[in-house]
Amino acid sequence: MMQLPCPYCGVRDEDEFRFGGQSHITRPDLNCSDAEWADYLFCRDNPQGVHFERWLHAFGCGRWFNLARHTVTHEILACYRMGEPKPNVTGDAA
Amino acid sequence: MKRYSALSLLAGALTGHRRWSQAWRTPELRKSYDVVLVGAGGHGLATAYYLAKKHGIRNIAILEKGHLGGGSVGRNTQVTRSNYFWPESAAFFDHSLKLYESMSVDLNFNVMLSQRGILTLAHSHHDLEALRRWANAIQVNEIDSELLTPGDVKRIAPLIRMDGRYPVHGGFIQRRGGISRHDAVAWAYARAASALGVDIIQQCEVTGLTIAGNRIRGVETSRGPITTSKLALCVAGHTSVLAAMAGIRVPVNSMTLQAMVSEPIKPCLDTIVLSPIVHMYVSQSDRGEIVLGGGADVYTSYSQRGGVPVLQETVSALTELFPAFSRLRLMRQWAGIVDITPDTTPLMGKTPVEGLYISGGWGTGGYKAIPAGGDTMAHTIANDSPHPLIASFGLDRFASGALIDEGAASGVAH
Repeated sequence: MMQLPCPYCGVRDEDEFRFGGQSHITRPDLNCSDAEWADYLFCRDNPQGVHFERWLHAFGCGRWFNLARHTVTHEILACYRMGEPKPNVTGDAA
Repeated sequence: MKRYSALSLLAGALTGHRRWSQAWRTPELRKSYDVVLVGAGGHGLATAYYLAKKHGIRNIAILEKGHLGGGSVGRNTQVTRSNYFWPESAAFFDHSLKLYESMSVDLNFNVMLSQRGILTLAHSHHDLEALRRWANAIQVNEIDSELLTPGDVKRIAPLIRMDGRYPVHGGFIQRRGGISRHDAVAWAYARAASALGVDIIQQCEVTGLTIAGNRIRGVETSRGPITTSKLALCVAGHTSVLAAMAGIRVPVNSMTLQAMVSEPIKPCLDTIVLSPIVHMYVSQSDRGEIVLGGGADVYTSYSQRGGVPVLQETVSALTELFPAFSRLRLMRQWAGIVDITPDTTPLMGKTPVEGLYISGGWGTGGYKAIPAGGDTMAHTIANDSPHPLIASFGLDRFASGALIDEGAASGVAH
């Protein structure tokens, strides 16, 4: 069982949370090409390594926050609130 | 290739099984190949076989980071079916099922296909309405499907609890659906491809792609560089990682999908039962184990280890539907990486780089797609043009908007 740190409630079991996908996605300008719009809608980083991602503490405080998590080891490398900049963390490649 | 037959089995038995030859060669890696396939899993092996068999291209290497059949082809729950909703998916997956039906003869290897039917359950009136629409769509696609009353369900799988927490209101069955031996499928294609001259190179990791002038020129590996003009990625859950070496972003999310087996018991379940609403499906293997699977762990992961919450949900769904199984012990639990696309339709065909092809996006349904995936990918590579069955599965569909939103891909509600 993964244990995730909620910045508001502390560490809880993963089944209290809902995964919200990649963080820090910026919507492109509305005049962009179809390819750029498709990339914005459908393509995500999906790294084998450190992933910056959103989580919702659905069965807790009900608030969104960000994690930097390693997708091979599931190690949590950083936890930060929505709106805060992406922290500078790197994990060992698996 | 030494042919397997009842006679060869008898001869093998009479000589104490000491004279069996290797099923496939262990060749030296050469410096150059006409086609390089990355990944000795079901899709890589099948693609190589059909390239050699149907298109006469035999100077092929399959590069495998680990061991043959050690990825998703050895981790799935062996289900083959073609009960898909959209015409494009139905045509592709039924082609696959037909190839499964003749595979043991075609490849001279018993893959133990057992067409025991796949039974999908409805737990409410609304479920039944949705299944009715799905089953009718399958019939329109000229594929067998039959609606079942609760009485029919009870006759087919007497151990199901009809009036428990998940009451059974009916269901539908595709009788041609079934299970087969997944390792045998990998081994059968490996043996047949090797006999046609394909080099299967294990413990050879691809570390980079050599691209010049927007054309594939070769591949960097842990055992040195190889030149080639055609390269296909058949790497299932690692498609993003390999495509990134060519600077291509693919719209997939890699997640963990787990499965588990119980201790073996006497035959008691001779069909596959799937419950879309509670995310659980179950069958009994030839060894007597109860094989079950459920939904994916819904967060990005390359761990190949399943989480406890999904395991608990899957097991509790099983014991609610089959109270008789509640005393069984689980013997093993494992997971693989599935690469799920936004529309749960595979990603197949050409890429923006000339000579680079992708066979991925298999999500939770790669095993059933192996023969058709190999057949159509081989055609695509040989002709540098997508096979008609996969013409709509290309990377370009996301910009054009021509998605195939295949809710039936995993057979469960999302």
